[in-house]
Amino acid sequence: MRAFIALLAGTIFGAGLALSGMVDPARVRGFLDLFGTWDATLAFVMAGALLPMAIAWRVQSRLLHAVSGDNFALPSTRRIDAPLAVGALLFGIGWGIAGLCPGPAIANLALAPLAVLPFLAAMLAGMLLHRLWAAQR
Amino acid sequence: MSALFANAAPGMGFLGGLLIGIAGVVMLLGIGRIAGVSGLAAQATGITGSDSRAVALAFIIGLPVGAALVAMARPIAVTFPSSLAVLIVGGLLVGFGTRLGSGCTSGHGVCGLSRLSPRSMIATGLFMAAGFATVAVMRAFGWV
Repeated sequence: MRAFIALLAGTIFGAGLALSGMVDPARVRGFLDLFGTWDATLAFVMAGALLPMAIAWRVQSRLLHAVSGDNFALPSTRRIDAPLAVGALLFGIGWGIAGLCPGPAIANLALAPLAVLPFLAAMLAGMLLHRLWAAQR
Repeated sequence: MSALFANAAPGMGFLGGLLIGIAGVVMLLGIGRIAGVSGLAAQATGITGSDSRAVALAFIIGLPVGAALVAMARPIAVTFPSSLAVLIVGGLLVGFGTRLGSGCTSGHGVCGLSRLSPRSMIATGLFMAAGFATVAVMRAFGWV
């Protein structure tokens, strides 16, 4: 049941990425390209996504558990630290370089599987590198 | 509006954004979890531990399924960077950075911002700024 709900959510998410044009690396890079032919689409996507989520958080604060009966498993860290900042900066650089973030990259397995494969392989390698690096510290 | 947004697709962008937000709502209220793609991808692949790998895997499988459904109804154009090095360097940075920073555009950008999480506000500000700066530098070097 929980996996089915997650599959449904992932499918809606992937449809949203495709419909909004966010699966297109050129369009995402167009948003980040302030000195080129700027493409504002991503701002409208964010606005559309934030709206239902902002309402959902208000509902969530009044619930004891999720509809499935599961307890809420939500991030509880509040510390603003160097890993958060450095991680976000590295991610932003990679995002700008390729025009891809994790969601659109995975969704592209259905649209341009061969083109996205090198990015996805490198992304998983980067995640694995982080795990090895974190284990050493 | 037309001059400033000449290259944009505001309507489809907003509509697609709504779907992304609704997906986040289904995860949050449905099963009590954050629709953060980088975290779920790491859990689905076993790169990080998870109490429910099946949930993460199901969500990740849904992403291409949803994109394929839309592609059956209307043509979706995707233009990738032609350079293999660009894709690999970009991927490495996105993978390492999202784990170190505990999230990406969906987890921090959509779920965290809407929760008014200070961590997510800072992360989103930083990765947006880094993205703008990176493309500006690439443009300055004539790589865009």
